[in-house]
Amino acid sequence: MLYYSKPLKTVLNVLTVLFCVIYLFPIYLILTNSFKSRAEMYENMVALPSSFSLQYYSSALEKMNFFTSLKNSLILTIVSIAIIVIFASMTAWMFVRSKNKLSVILFDLLVATMLIPFQTIMMPLMQEMNWIGNNLGIQMTDTIPGLLFMYLGFGAGMGVFLYHGFVSSIPVSLEEAATIDGCNTWKTFWRIVFPMLKPTTMTVIILDVIWIWNDYLLPSLTLKSTANRTIPISTAKFFGQYTISWNEAMAALVVTIIPVVIFYLACQKYIVEGVAAGAVKG
Amino acid sequence: MKIGKGWYALFTAPLMIVFMIVVVIPFIIGIGYSFFEWDGLAKHAATFVGFRNYGEVFKDQQFLNATVRTTIFTLITVVTVNLFGIIFALVVTTKLKVRNVARTMLFMPYLIGGLILGYIWKSVFQEFFLSIDWGNWLTDPVKSIVAMVVVTTWQLAGYVMIVYITGIMAIPADVLEAAQVDGASYMQTLFRVKFPMLMPSFTICLFLSLSNCFKIYDVNISLTGVGPNYQSEMFSLNIYNEIFSLSNFGYGQAKAIIFFLIIAIITLIQVSITKKREVAL
Repeated sequence: MLYYSKPLKTVLNVLTVLFCVIYLFPIYLILTNSFKSRAEMYENMVALPSSFSLQYYSSALEKMNFFTSLKNSLILTIVSIAIIVIFASMTAWMFVRSKNKLSVILFDLLVATMLIPFQTIMMPLMQEMNWIGNNLGIQMTDTIPGLLFMYLGFGAGMGVFLYHGFVSSIPVSLEEAATIDGCNTWKTFWRIVFPMLKPTTMTVIILDVIWIWNDYLLPSLTLKSTANRTIPISTAKFFGQYTISWNEAMAALVVTIIPVVIFYLACQKYIVEGVAAGAVKG
Repeated sequence: MKIGKGWYALFTAPLMIVFMIVVVIPFIIGIGYSFFEWDGLAKHAATFVGFRNYGEVFKDQQFLNATVRTTIFTLITVVTVNLFGIIFALVVTTKLKVRNVARTMLFMPYLIGGLILGYIWKSVFQEFFLSIDWGNWLTDPVKSIVAMVVVTTWQLAGYVMIVYITGIMAIPADVLEAAQVDGASYMQTLFRVKFPMLMPSFTICLFLSLSNCFKIYDVNISLTGVGPNYQSEMFSLNIYNEIFSLSNFGYGQAKAIIFFLIIAIITLIQVSITKKREVAL
């Protein structure tokens, strides 16, 4: 390692922290100004607030319908990820353990379609979903379950891909032992295999949380009614609909990033590992 | 291990059916749509026009401008993202006391979605810049693109930093010690030892940032929108507007297929380079 003298070390530490603070200046800006009055904000945007008024928070929460959006975003993220994890792990395990042609073809198809950007299929997808609603009577657009269905389809490629790699690396002997002991395929998978897949499950969860929680385009195409809005949609509506009062807008932004910050601080280790694994394998 | 056909179907069919309905079928229908002219209304019939939609694309000045703009934006942003990413990774892998705090702070922007990031930075480039008399950057044709470069760099630098950190950690300690024993300076170690060993990470990050930047959409709508005279409209947003605002479903879908081809080419080049390098190592 390089040798640093003590004062140089201190200077480097201070400089690094200083840089990081400046780097997060936009966050500082929205946080401090959300507490200020309108006049105080335009007087000096960088100054700390002289008093902590929460008036903009209450009006922003109300206009954004924040708690409804939060509930929708939470349901959507948690349930989508649960079904992606369940079905992707089952499928990937089956593909690895039964080495037939169909498995190879389907797996290659799943991986190949990961190339397709969402914009390429958004219009035909909406046509198809409307068709299903009109002809089969199953409402796919503007419903949370319909959107869950679509997230399962879009999450399939990466989920199966990540699980496939991991299953290939675990020995089959434990599963054989379980079968000899009288476990059927279903029990073997859930009791023996699934618990071993935990590292990949964490990676899939983390990558899908970042994707689904922040996703805007797909929900904006399907969820039209106010009651179904997710956090990104209600934020976009907030900025689109009102002549923006920036204090209020900043309060709204602070509120929307609080869940993200809590999630980050609570699971930082898993997030960093998951993102690294996803980037390297994806 | 012998697994029956029934179990095979039970485990794989549900996901495969959903996947076919959500991804494969729309993709195939989408290719079909791109050969028709249609305004999206069920009561109006679609007319088959062959490859005409694809030909029109080259005469569409607004689309060509968006393509050139997106390409320039992508090239600049890929450089800035990776430059900041690698510097950040080098800083947080030193023995500085503040390295973990720094990593936490630098990575955070990546977790906030592009849409919210765009709005956060709008308060900087619009309200803050107006308050210090720098003018509104988001209404200026050039500065609005610079703003998008800044925001995207802010978002992705922490992301690629994580990949570079993984790469740096994987460099064997004895290699660095050997360089030190041989009297290599910091810069020599960096350029002659660390960077060559980081080549796989470079490839990964280069293409991650490349396809992410080319697909920019969320930051575009929240930060600038299309802007006056469509001066800030990027590729993705142009497709969206062509289909959902102008109701040119067939023509817009042809653009969407072109978009797919560009992304596919970028990714396939990446895969072939990564594969070759794995063999070489």
